[in-house]
Amino acid sequence: MTQAMHLILVIEDEPGIRAVLRVLLEAENYRVIEAGSAERGEIEARTHKPDLLLVDLGLPDDDGLALIRHVRAWSPVPVVVLSARTMESQKVAALDAGADDYVTKPFSAAELLARVRAGLRRASRGADSLPLLSLGETHIDLTRRVASGPGGAVHLTPLEYRVLDCLARQSGMIVTSRQLLREVWGPDRVGDSGALRVCVKGLRDKLERDPRRPQFLVTEAGIGYRLRPGDLDDE
Amino acid sequence: MADHRPDPDQLLAQVQAEEARAHRGTLRVFFGAAAGVGKTYAMLEAALAARAAGTDVVVGYVEPHGRRETERMLETLASLPLQAVRYRGMVRQEFNLDAALQRHPEILLVDELAHSNVVDGEPPPRHAKRWQDIAELCDAGINVWTTLNVQHLESLNDLIAQITGVRQRETIPDHVLDDADEIELIDLTPDDLLQRLQQGKVYVSDQVGTAVERFFRKPNLMALRELALRRTADRVDAEARAQGLAGSPSRAYLARDRLLVAIGPDAQAEQLVRTGKRVADALDAEWTVVYVETPALLRLSDAERDRRVDILRLAESLGAGTVTLDGTTAATALTEYARTRGATRVLVGEPKRRGWQTLWRPSTATELVKRAQGFDVLVVARQGEEATGRARPHLDLSREVPWSRYGWAAAITAVCTGIAYLMDPTFSETNVAMIYVLGATIAGLRLGRGPGTLTAIASVAAFDFFFVPPRLTFQVSDAEYLITFLVMLAVTLTIGNLMANVRQQNRVAGARERRTALLYAMSRELAGTRGSDNMARVAVRHIAEVFDASAVVLTPDSSGRLQYPAGSSDEGSFRGADLSVAQWVLDHGQRAGLGTDTLPAAPAVYLPLRGARGALGVLGVRPTNRRRVLLPEQRHLLETFAGQIALAWERVALGEEAARSRIAAESQSLRNTLLASISHDLRTPLSVIAGAASTLARHGATLEPAARKSLALSIEDQAQEMSNLISNVLDLMRLESGRVELRRDTHSVEDLVGTALHRLEPRLQHHPVVIDLPDDLPAVSVDPVLVSQVLANLLDNAAKYTPAGTRIRIAAVADAPMVRVVVEDEGPGLPPGDPRLLFEKFQRGHEESPVVGAGLGLAICSAIVSAHGGEITAGHGTHGGARFEFTLPVAVATP
Repeated sequence: MTQAMHLILVIEDEPGIRAVLRVLLEAENYRVIEAGSAERGEIEARTHKPDLLLVDLGLPDDDGLALIRHVRAWSPVPVVVLSARTMESQKVAALDAGADDYVTKPFSAAELLARVRAGLRRASRGADSLPLLSLGETHIDLTRRVASGPGGAVHLTPLEYRVLDCLARQSGMIVTSRQLLREVWGPDRVGDSGALRVCVKGLRDKLERDPRRPQFLVTEAGIGYRLRPGDLDDE
Repeated sequence: MADHRPDPDQLLAQVQAEEARAHRGTLRVFFGAAAGVGKTYAMLEAALAARAAGTDVVVGYVEPHGRRETERMLETLASLPLQAVRYRGMVRQEFNLDAALQRHPEILLVDELAHSNVVDGEPPPRHAKRWQDIAELCDAGINVWTTLNVQHLESLNDLIAQITGVRQRETIPDHVLDDADEIELIDLTPDDLLQRLQQGKVYVSDQVGTAVERFFRKPNLMALRELALRRTADRVDAEARAQGLAGSPSRAYLARDRLLVAIGPDAQAEQLVRTGKRVADALDAEWTVVYVETPALLRLSDAERDRRVDILRLAESLGAGTVTLDGTTAATALTEYARTRGATRVLVGEPKRRGWQTLWRPSTATELVKRAQGFDVLVVARQGEEATGRARPHLDLSREVPWSRYGWAAAITAVCTGIAYLMDPTFSETNVAMIYVLGATIAGLRLGRGPGTLTAIASVAAFDFFFVPPRLTFQVSDAEYLITFLVMLAVTLTIGNLMANVRQQNRVAGARERRTALLYAMSRELAGTRGSDNMARVAVRHIAEVFDASAVVLTPDSSGRLQYPAGSSDEGSFRGADLSVAQWVLDHGQRAGLGTDTLPAAPAVYLPLRGARGALGVLGVRPTNRRRVLLPEQRHLLETFAGQIALAWERVALGEEAARSRIAAESQSLRNTLLASISHDLRTPLSVIAGAASTLARHGATLEPAARKSLALSIEDQAQEMSNLISNVLDLMRLESGRVELRRDTHSVEDLVGTALHRLEPRLQHHPVVIDLPDDLPAVSVDPVLVSQVLANLLDNAAKYTPAGTRIRIAAVADAPMVRVVVEDEGPGLPPGDPRLLFEKFQRGHEESPVVGAGLGLAICSAIVSAHGGEITAGHGTHGGARFEFTLPVAVATP
């Protein structure tokens, strides 16, 4: 952990969870500040300018969603949501409100840290894409649009490059189907999930070792897709 | 032994009566043989004694009749204000029922139980009779003391009229006295009474002059005294018997007698009813007064039908049940009814017909004796004075048969003559006569008895006149023709009469059928109606139709006050109902209004809709023609309608309640199973977590790092397990409540399988997974989250119940319009038993299995698959393991 001490704001009303998160994050050399309510959280976010927000959706005074919208209004700070597993629609709503990713409660340390790292990485990169992407034995240069695998050159279509590019910019984080469709196909085709599915299948056939058990291009049922480059799995 | 058993019904009746009595006020009757024996005085004396003992005694109504002693006693007691009632320009002071109910004393004195209220007065009284006022007071919990002379008892009314020659107009039903809690006999010897009368100490209100003289004669007074004493003695005896029954079971168990009293339209009916009452009392029997409506009786005049109404009412007031039967003859209908009701005795009047008449038309009594099986027939002798009373049923031909029919009769005879004239040259006279027989038969069949008879006579005359030589005279040359005439007349008359009877019976059957049809029509419509408002509307419509009346069904609101149905302005609805009367009907469960004992002058009749648990509401009916509800058969029909409405209503209410309680019971049992199951499944991981965590807390520093990690990992594992369990419970609840909306979209099975595998990655570490999906598998239209949950649950089961290292196979085939997905393992296979049970909630292959999972996983799968219109089955796999198959709908068009 060579990077500077990142500051993480935990907005969570349950003191027990706050305590666990603090131990876990500090063990990973992050600095942690806590807030027990949405109001407090927003104040802390403005005063301390944290590098990442961990937001619980069920807060006593205000909806976590509202908090995310408020924060998004003035800051691109990465936001990772803590949510209950059962509410798929809530997760989508949080992502639409501007959250970058979510962690399902109860969460494992590995999963939480992976999301936090992915979020921080995205923030440090800004809006730029990763120029080089390695998925297993396949290496892809997104700028030059060339890819090579163990069996030689891999041919990706322009559409596939753009999908991969979009996923890679938020590498390790979830990207909703809506967002992918809007960014790749354009705002008037956000309902065309079939086109997206065909494209993802094409990518899997070309990049995955076993396209039926994808390791890199993972479907998040009902929400979207996630690119899991190998380097995030090495906890 | 059986003989010493107390009748359970009787015991139950006794217990119920005691319970009812605990809340009711008691009735104490000061009972005497005649006016002047000192009942009022005795009552006031007792009242003074009670007041001295600190009881709240109030005088409701006592007529002092100008006696000073009585007046003095009255002055010392508190009295209620009287009600001034205007009646034909006079003002009368009457007992004030409402004031009494409001004052609610412990004991209320109301003189003269048999008094009739001024029904036509202003304001009108609530009840026609004082005994009804008193019944209401008792119902309200007030103890009432009152006075009564024996001559006012309904069942003794005609007996006393015979003895004294004076008929009492004011009578009370016997049950009032029978139900009284205490009877105190005030006795005075006839000599003393006559002496008091001479001294002017007795005030006689109604009787004047000769009537008084006729009444207050020593033999009369002796007879009255005897009646009063006997009545009191009977009662004491009955009480003793009741006590004996309660005290020891040694009193014999007696089968109860059931008495039928058969009455006809004649004058003896009233006597029969009163005799029936005395016999029933003596036998302690249930009794029913039966009137049989035969074809012959349908021809009665209105006046006679009205008499029947009165008699049946009298019977009801004496405590009898009343029934009107239909039948061709009284005897058959009676035997049938007696048999079905298990009657032990049948009381009939003395036969009217005597001598030769009985040979071909035996009287009802004779017929009944012949048929009597299992019951005795008691024949009551006609009272001398009335024996000649009313003549035979009176034939009101003008009402039955219009005069035009006689014209038709003449026409038929003329036509017959014409045909006979045409036949005459070729046929013999015998055959010509047959034409007339045919004509008379047709007349009897189509035109009724009178015109039929006319045709018969006219035919014989015409035949004689036109066809019997010498022709065109009524003379007969050959005496043989006389036989022809006689036979012709006899045959035509008999056939005509038979035909008329058939017509009459058809009418009776038709009327009965119509009645049944009307009831059936309403019942059927009610059965198909939902909601009490709609049912009330249906009922009102039918009643309005059948009785030519406007009607309304009033139902109580939550506080028990009656309300008009909201916003009903349907045809036949009756808005002018008197809500206070209806409320009284609801509270007391008795009918009131037109044609009843309570407020008989009201324009409408109010019937309680009685269910098993009290009155559900009130049916108000205002007939356009009052007679429509005064006729007993119409009144019975109306009551049957009310009964049907109440029944239908209650049926629906009970059905709803049963459904509610069934749902409640089911969800209760579901909750119980859920709690039992969850608490077990939660406790297992919890104890691991608690154990591991406490070990870490206590010995964390001294443990090997590997041991520490293993403890921490098991905490993580078990927490995940608990989380899954809770998610499963929540999912299932959401799925079962129907609140889950499928977010269907087109998905490839491959993608869904991939998602599920990804989710279960850590759990499937030790199981190689074989995926067998054809390339051309069509996409499916499903909710991806839910379907990947199905797959995950099935895979999780496979991982949970099979040994490490065994393979799990996922396959799918197209099976238009579905895709069939298979998950099979190579484990021990399904548990024995019906595999369908696996998909029930909380079913697990093995009781108390150490494997956690609450048995919800497969129930969730089943709920999700069926929400998608597919089905899921379990069976045995190709490699001996368990095999689960489910179907998903193919997406119609891939966008």
